[in-house]
Amino acid sequence: MKDTPTNKILLAHGGGGRLTANLISNNILPKFSNEILAQLADAASLELDSPAVCFTTDSYVVKPLFFNGGDIGKLAVCGTINDLAVAGAKPVALSLSMIIEEGFELGVLDKILASAAEAADGAEVSIVAGDTKVVETGAADGIFINTAGLGTKLPDVNLSFGRIAPGDKIIINGTIGDHGMTIMSQREGIKFESQLASDCASLAPLTCRILEAAPGVKFMRDPTRGGLAATVNEIANSTGHSIELYEKDIPIKPAVQAAADMLGFDLLDIANEGKVVIVTAPDTAEKVLDVCKGHPLGAGAGIIGEVAQSEDGPIVELITKVGGRRIVQMPYGRELPRIC
Amino acid sequence: MLNRIYEAQKLMDSACQKLGRQINIMEVCGTHTVAIFRNGLRPTLPERLKMLSGPGCPVCVTDQGYIDITLQLADREDCIIATYGDMIRVPGKDGSLETRHKPNVKIVLSSEDALTLAKNNPDKTVVFIAVGFETTAPATAVAVQEADSRGIENFCILSGHKLVVPAMEALVGDKNHKIDAFLCPGHVSVIIGSNAYIPIVEQFARPCVVAGFEPMQIIEGIAGLCRQLADGAAEVESIYDAVVTPEGNRTAQSIIDECFEPVDGLWRGLGSIPNSTLKLKAEYSRFDALNRFGLKEIPAEDLSGCRCGEVLCGLIDPPDCALFEKKCTPDSPVGPCMVSSEGACSAWYKYGRGRKRSS
Repeated sequence: MKDTPTNKILLAHGGGGRLTANLISNNILPKFSNEILAQLADAASLELDSPAVCFTTDSYVVKPLFFNGGDIGKLAVCGTINDLAVAGAKPVALSLSMIIEEGFELGVLDKILASAAEAADGAEVSIVAGDTKVVETGAADGIFINTAGLGTKLPDVNLSFGRIAPGDKIIINGTIGDHGMTIMSQREGIKFESQLASDCASLAPLTCRILEAAPGVKFMRDPTRGGLAATVNEIANSTGHSIELYEKDIPIKPAVQAAADMLGFDLLDIANEGKVVIVTAPDTAEKVLDVCKGHPLGAGAGIIGEVAQSEDGPIVELITKVGGRRIVQMPYGRELPRIC
Repeated sequence: MLNRIYEAQKLMDSACQKLGRQINIMEVCGTHTVAIFRNGLRPTLPERLKMLSGPGCPVCVTDQGYIDITLQLADREDCIIATYGDMIRVPGKDGSLETRHKPNVKIVLSSEDALTLAKNNPDKTVVFIAVGFETTAPATAVAVQEADSRGIENFCILSGHKLVVPAMEALVGDKNHKIDAFLCPGHVSVIIGSNAYIPIVEQFARPCVVAGFEPMQIIEGIAGLCRQLADGAAEVESIYDAVVTPEGNRTAQSIIDECFEPVDGLWRGLGSIPNSTLKLKAEYSRFDALNRFGLKEIPAEDLSGCRCGEVLCGLIDPPDCALFEKKCTPDSPVGPCMVSSEGACSAWYKYGRGRKRSS
């Protein structure tokens, strides 16, 4: 029996029948060609070269689905890879599950899947498992994606809050706020949006190189939702030490600053999708910087702050360009809806 | 830059010394308030120089009665409420536009967006919650004129537009005699021109300096005010020369004049101020939501325990309010100064907590 070709996702595409099989064989498998996925088993069997693994998961509901510098497919792959990367792991395999709204354009799905595949290939990570569900029109906003990821821990790497000490340097690999402001500008239809692009990228190639060159690095985290402000506050609260950030050294693109000023946002609070905050002892800071600057993802890297002794409990302070000081709070978390 | 900062600080120090008392400078505009906190300027000022946050955040100065009317309108099924984002979280006597979870409340970025909503929803009346000072009033006026000329009759505005100078006069004339000088708002001054502050210097002998929002502009603006105070002068000065002229933007002013007339209006904390609020002129009165729905703005009491009114007059700092940080936080605001990103309470909470107060 031949099915009528359709250019839209139907409820039947998620029903486990022939249309599901067609979707898998025509639209999904060709993009993620790897032996494990091709077996279409109920579970992927993996052989890992290390007994120590990291495992993580994240869901992606970004709106708009396509933005300058990426789309939900690339974001879903890079985001989960980055969570593994900053935990000191080499990402190996991902699962990718989609919840799609009935009526979603197949052509758009193809673009998203191609983009996810390209991001996975670029990071040498295989998509080894997946699932597709379709919900009625109105029950989802186009497409939601969940990815889970598995990585092997790099040898001799020990990243934890517990190792952070006063005097340690805080490094970031480039400009802040690019992702969040790109999404917000696109949503709000700001005219200079074309000058903005998300920094969405897989950080694993950079973090693996940093940890090979400087295994003494103490801590890494990707400042996604809540931005740099949330990440440094987490460090301060978890270590009990204070943190000083130097405003003049925090890399910011002028167009991103302009968009933030226009919409009334503090860039410290704004999400990044291709940035890593690195905490390291002063004697290895230059080494880490050198590695960053020698990599395309770290060309704009800089030392942006320092861990300090806490007097009356941990606080994060910004030393401003004019020599003032002010508190950097944990953001409230409701300023930017659905940015990732 | 460091040299300029040093020079400015010297001026501030010598004014404090010469006057031998605390100097109180009010930054009128909420954008200045946030910039002062965001740049960490307060701790760099002399101990005896106190910055007071003024009534220049449009959400904050909107009277409680106005908020209650927006809630009434949101309950009508035949209306769509088009509002700037900050307004949806300001609590009225019975919840806020946000907590009511009404699908007919739409956030817009401009009056033009509100007009588009009206065009796209011909079976509903779109009420634009028109708040703001002279900066946003011209855009509202343009939208009303466009609705008039294009016959978009399902559009109207709830005018909460306010004028800055009458509020400054009410402050120094009545509410807060301690204010020594005003750091005047950059954006508003682009429209009204620096000459608009002449009554403040002539009638009340309070120096006025118009400054932009870059930290150096703010520092040098404060220093300029200190120099005038030390010299016993009271003049209007603008260091935002690139964009502010003495006369202001005549085109924008005439658009406001064509559509609106100043009437006595209610301000949170300041009460009724003569000729301080913009009302649509008779020829446009059919676009006035109060007329269309037969409503009247009734002065309402501030919410229990909330001292936003005193904050807006520079009479207290936000931490002096018993609700601050306890019952009133950005996540669960009681008063509008905690809701608006330009509100003094929100700025204190976000940037000022955990540090010793500078005054």
